[in-house]
Amino acid sequence: MGITNEKLTAQSKGDAPMARPPSKRASSSIVNWLPLAPFFLFASMFLFLPSISIFIGSFESVDGGFTFDNIIALFTVRDFINAYKTSLTISAITASGGAVFGFLLAYAVVLGGLPKGLRTFMTTFSGVASNFAGVPLAFAFIATMGNNGLVTRWLESAFGFDIHAGGFTIYSVTGLSIVYMYFQFPLMVLIMAPALDGLRREWSEACANLGGTSWHYWRYVAFPILIPSLLGTTILLFGNAFGAYATAYAFSGSFINLVPILIGAQMQGDVLFNPGLGNALALGMVFIMSISMVGYISLQRRAARWLQ
Amino acid sequence: MKTKNIWAWLILIIGLVYFFLPLLATFNFSLKMIKDQYTFEAYRVAFTDAQFYQNFGFSFFWALLTIVFSLLLVVPTAYWVHWRTQKARPWVEFVTLMPFVVPAVVLVFGMSSLYGGGLKLFGAPILVLTGTPIPLVAGYVILSLPYMYRAVDTGLRAIDVRTLTEAALSLGASWRVILLNIIFPNLRTAILSGVFLTFAIVMGEFTFASLLYWPAFGPYMEEIGAMRAYTPQALAVVSFLLTWASIGLMQWVGRGAGQEQLAGAH
Repeated sequence: MGITNEKLTAQSKGDAPMARPPSKRASSSIVNWLPLAPFFLFASMFLFLPSISIFIGSFESVDGGFTFDNIIALFTVRDFINAYKTSLTISAITASGGAVFGFLLAYAVVLGGLPKGLRTFMTTFSGVASNFAGVPLAFAFIATMGNNGLVTRWLESAFGFDIHAGGFTIYSVTGLSIVYMYFQFPLMVLIMAPALDGLRREWSEACANLGGTSWHYWRYVAFPILIPSLLGTTILLFGNAFGAYATAYAFSGSFINLVPILIGAQMQGDVLFNPGLGNALALGMVFIMSISMVGYISLQRRAARWLQ
Repeated sequence: MKTKNIWAWLILIIGLVYFFLPLLATFNFSLKMIKDQYTFEAYRVAFTDAQFYQNFGFSFFWALLTIVFSLLLVVPTAYWVHWRTQKARPWVEFVTLMPFVVPAVVLVFGMSSLYGGGLKLFGAPILVLTGTPIPLVAGYVILSLPYMYRAVDTGLRAIDVRTLTEAALSLGASWRVILLNIIFPNLRTAILSGVFLTFAIVMGEFTFASLLYWPAFGPYMEEIGAMRAYTPQALAVVSFLLTWASIGLMQWVGRGAGQEQLAGAH
């Protein structure tokens, strides 16, 4: 922050007292960038500096010296490995599940020949559902499939089927995955509906004119066009689940060992007895999210070519 | 054609069940506080708790602060990028995508160690912000940044920023007049959708408020959830209606404007 401030004042000072009128390009570039300073300053303070602090903290031992131990711990301590495994599993399951079902649903409302009003309804509802997450979502699913939940009771009374008979509990990876799906597939619907709109009627007509069947159309035309946005959105869903804290916390407390839960616990009571480990866990998350974001952006670029 | 239609209906029905069953179950659950009876007792209990109004009020206040600061930060920046400094666009867009890379729990972790005395110059902590709501509101501004920026950016694309600005300048308008009387009214729809989405995100937010120990609706709901049965579901219904109202309003004001929105904070 200090550096940015100095730079700014140096720039504005340098602007005024020049003897010779500055070349148009030099002065205009300062004038052009200066109004953006508050934005970048804010981003540095509350986005970049905290991230850098996590990066530095990951290499700090308890007594403040430099160490690789925290990073090594990510790959050796069983609790950490398990936390990453669980987080990655839930994210992968709900991202792919959400992607498949979300795509089918988007297809159904856009191209399935359903009444037009249903599409508007579905997109509005998807907007709401993809934002309905966190604590209330957890409560909703406890009321649905918790011990006293509507579905649990109904299965019991109607079929005599006890969902807990096989040792199953909703406060598990499977249960949490079902909960996450609630905000995952609506997001897919929201993004895929416009992408499906971008498929032009001429393309399917051209395919039909050339003697292609509907299978040919999807295999050789529509699917290759859609695949970047499909994969890209799947990656986005992955990140969406990977970073989720509130839903998991409210749903299962700290029963399920997820990376965000561990980080939260470390913040609340230094349960790892070493801030460096918390930083390293956080750094690992940022690393995985960065990879997925780079994948998302590059796939999005490819998708944009066709969906003008 | 007919079979295709049947498949579409089938998928739609599965989707609707997935959407509505949890809502139905929650509502049903919230009515059953008194045994063998359907009553609004849980709502009465929820709404007679003074803490409810306090925490709800706090969240409302955080949401207002977030909206004000977010608008002050995003609107001039996006406007300037459109009008003068198009070269800055990739940089600004990079920043607005960063909240997807840094999850809320990571950001709050970084902020609390950095501004809890971790930012040191010559061994002495500078800029300690814990105890002030600055990290909370700043965090909310960051969380809503992708949505707010996207909304305003879409709005700016739809108007001819250059012509409007240059016409105003040549007629002698001041910057205040340009921003407040020309750009702002043209962006009203876009700004409103950003505002409603930000409102929905902040009102139910849990991670930041809980880990920074500020009173808010999200942590309050979680606390009630750990203490009571039935009332939490009543609160969930209230929260859902709130989300529904914000998003519904957002899509209503943004109808036909090509607005799209992504998910909020989980």
